[in-house]
Amino acid sequence: MESVSPAQGHSPGVATRSDPHHGRSYLIGLAFALVLTAASFWASSTPLVYTRSVPILIAVLAVAQMGVHVAFFLHVSSAPDQANNFFALAFGVFITALVVFGTMFIMANLNHNMVSMDQLMRMQR
Amino acid sequence: MFGRLSWAVIPFDQPIIMITVATVGVVLASVLGLVTVKGWWPYLWREWITSVDHKRIGVMYMILALVMLIRGFSDAIMMRTQQALAAGNAAGYLPPEHYDQVFSAHGTIMIFFMAMPFVIGLMNFAVPLQLGVRDVAFPVLNSVSFWLTAAGVLLINLSLFVGEFARTGWLAYPPLSELAYSPGVGVDYYLWSLQISGLGTLLSGINLTTTILKMRAPGMGYRRMPVFCWTALASNLLIVAAFPVLTATFAMLLLDRYCGFHFFTNDLGGSPMMYVSLIWIWGHPEVYILILPAFGVFSEVVATFSGRALFGYRSMVLATMAICVLSFMVWLHHFFTMGAGADVNAFFGIMTMIIAVPTGVKIFNWLFTLYGGRVRFTVPIYWTLGFMVTFVIGGMTGVLMAIPPADFVLHNSLFLIAHFHNVAIGGVVFGVMAGYTYWFPKAFGFKLNERIGKAVFWCWFFGFYLAFMPLYALGLMGATRRMQHYPDLHWQPLMLVALAGAGLILCGIILTGVQLAVSIRARGRNRDLTGDPWNGRTLEWSIPSPPPAWNFTHLPEVDRTDAYWAAKDGSGPALAHATDRPVAAVHVPRNTPTGVFVAFFAVVLGFALIWRIEWLAVIGLIGAAAVGLRQAWQKDREMIITADEVSEFERLNVRKPA
Amino acid sequence: MSATSESLGLEPAIPLSQQGPAPARVVAGFGFWLFLLSDIILFAVLFASYAVLSSAIAGGPAGVELFDKRHVFLETLCLLTSSVTCGFGTLAVARTDARALYLWMLATFALGAAFLWMEVSEFAGMVSLGAGPSHSAFLSSFFALVGTHGLHVTLGLVWLVLMLLQVATLGFQPMVARRFFCFGLFWHALDIVWIGVFSIVYLGAH
Repeated sequence: MESVSPAQGHSPGVATRSDPHHGRSYLIGLAFALVLTAASFWASSTPLVYTRSVPILIAVLAVAQMGVHVAFFLHVSSAPDQANNFFALAFGVFITALVVFGTMFIMANLNHNMVSMDQLMRMQR
Repeated sequence: MFGRLSWAVIPFDQPIIMITVATVGVVLASVLGLVTVKGWWPYLWREWITSVDHKRIGVMYMILALVMLIRGFSDAIMMRTQQALAAGNAAGYLPPEHYDQVFSAHGTIMIFFMAMPFVIGLMNFAVPLQLGVRDVAFPVLNSVSFWLTAAGVLLINLSLFVGEFARTGWLAYPPLSELAYSPGVGVDYYLWSLQISGLGTLLSGINLTTTILKMRAPGMGYRRMPVFCWTALASNLLIVAAFPVLTATFAMLLLDRYCGFHFFTNDLGGSPMMYVSLIWIWGHPEVYILILPAFGVFSEVVATFSGRALFGYRSMVLATMAICVLSFMVWLHHFFTMGAGADVNAFFGIMTMIIAVPTGVKIFNWLFTLYGGRVRFTVPIYWTLGFMVTFVIGGMTGVLMAIPPADFVLHNSLFLIAHFHNVAIGGVVFGVMAGYTYWFPKAFGFKLNERIGKAVFWCWFFGFYLAFMPLYALGLMGATRRMQHYPDLHWQPLMLVALAGAGLILCGIILTGVQLAVSIRARGRNRDLTGDPWNGRTLEWSIPSPPPAWNFTHLPEVDRTDAYWAAKDGSGPALAHATDRPVAAVHVPRNTPTGVFVAFFAVVLGFALIWRIEWLAVIGLIGAAAVGLRQAWQKDREMIITADEVSEFERLNVRKPA
Repeated sequence: MSATSESLGLEPAIPLSQQGPAPARVVAGFGFWLFLLSDIILFAVLFASYAVLSSAIAGGPAGVELFDKRHVFLETLCLLTSSVTCGFGTLAVARTDARALYLWMLATFALGAAFLWMEVSEFAGMVSLGAGPSHSAFLSSFFALVGTHGLHVTLGLVWLVLMLLQVATLGFQPMVARRFFCFGLFWHALDIVWIGVFSIVYLGAH
């Protein structure tokens, strides 16, 4: 745990706020993560949630749990001494979103317009 | 026992290859023989091969790039000659299965093993000096990166005479690159060579990004960094973000080829079109990885030789970071014709046009800098002016093809080939040649011959226009790319003009070699004792040429952009010099053979995987791991250069003012 | 500790970006952070291809027929708990407490190994049912995505053993402490990727 920022800010993973019970953030993170995990598994098999919205609910819970990991285990935040780490993470998330959603968007569009490979091969035989 | 390897894989029956191999063999033997006879091995091993000094590594990258320029350009001459001959019924001299390997090798080598190493070499050399620090963040990793790139070079050159190369073009689209249609080792050579060098490049991207963000001279906040460092930051961020996509996509193709997976196969649900999309998610940022540092070189050159600060520092930085982000949002323009709907095509077409705007901002800033200054017409400025005209033309043809309906006519025609060579040569090649000329005196302590340098420029400039303007016309006339022969005799005169252009560029390349030889011979007379032969603005010009291993005897403290220029003309505080402060001992990282040994085992592993020799692959893997473990347990990593040694160096290198 | 302008809650006198080169630990940590982000983008490509190919079952079995949610829940608990034990282990490194370090890291190893054991048995089960990676694009993308994650876990466990050997032979040198730190980042990142895997692949199967 450090309270004076080194030059160019902290590296990720360093607890920068005072934490008298060392490791308390890990236990809080674990508690949140357990709740979110259980909620995800429950949501996927319960009849109590409208089926069409289950994937979105699971996605939201997943993103929330990733946030819990980043905040409580990796100690990355938007504080000025974490600026580099935060921007690097934001950039990584941005690229990840582009890659995943961009690919899905393009491939869905192509598949809509084009005969699928399986069908094409069947037509050739 | 030896997998698919046998004597039959050596193409004894192909004279062109055999002559090439013989020539290369003779040259290699002569060079190695000379080095041995003169007893230079201990020096080379100690000072270069095991060096972790960013300056040495930068120079080695650039030497590698220049050597591979020769190989890539030979492929170009072969293609131009074939196309000049094979009109109508004529068959030319290169059969199709050979021609296909030539154009695939040309693209692969020029992008991955000429342009990338040249650009990375320039960034490696100059960035720590401009930031006022002693080395990059991870010096040993830097050496590993270079040697992994060299390992990729070795593998791709081996493909020339042990086996064959890919016949798929430089991006190896499936289904052609799948096992069913490319059962030989060519695609495997391509994939493993690029996976190995790609790892080196990714590590280099991490290294330079960390250096720029976490290691700068005291006082050098982000807004006081030289523009070259900003473009290096954007380029390296793109490397970190884009190269994993290349690695993953190639890994999926390798799984298809080696383990029978079905990512991109024709059957069992595979999607070859997904490969195209994924590979261009890497491919478009890749071209910006190459061009951004070239833009940075031009910024430095324009400011220095205009004798004034760069116009519009802030807009330059914003334009650079905008290009960095936007470069990830245009990739579909490489496959408008692949079947996406009009709405998707329109989105990417518009984004492609938007990305031209920040580049335009940069061009205007350079023009305004020149306009407000007193320009000295040195060789780097020649390259810069040539770039501004040539790159703008290339950019305009790019914006033309960004319109999907136009692209439906021009996709994969010679018009496209002309466009990307226009921006690659006019932008990247002219940029690295300018950077090479600009920083050569810093690296070696003497300038390159000016007159020959200008001749090199004119050869490249006129050679480029002669070689590629006809291709624009041919593309509009319907000529497609990668043609081994063509039916229309009307195209042949234009192909002949293109061949003449290639010949002129060849003269330029030869003259580059001549310039080096002449300059080295004359170095005694042309030695630069000032450390600042161009009257520069940035920190690298404040130290002797060549700089000592520790770069700065006293780490500079800066309070503004171009702090060195301000110190020179008195408008700012003086940078610390050896005479005013007591000299302290310096810690520098110790040399290590880790890089070259890891690369050796990487070559073994790559070769074994290509030829399916399992036991050899295991040896390669274990060897590389062992080298890594040895480095991990290395406690003695630093060397102390005593205060006396430092003082002695300073005494011998008192700089005379320019 | 004297009261710096920072600990008083005020802006530092000299901005952090102008304070000169960062200390070695920060440089190493940030460099590793960038490496992790590049690794996450690699996973992004695998996730993207899974998303595209998950319905390409080529007449073979689909995910919903093959996956066992209770099995996955157990795997998730193992990995999540191992993240927490790893966190306590890195605190022990900061305290240079060797005994606590070995305890927490051996727990991390055991939980990680349990996760791997369950995953390998799942894969073996699928292959024996004729649902191996060469049977359809969906199965190829499943094995590649989940398998790459498993490979990372395996390499992490190997790295952990090497790190414990380093502490045993070299002691708590700064270089060893930095590497433990980086291991901690790696292990947490693997758990973050796993959240994506169990949510999208296993819970998202229909």
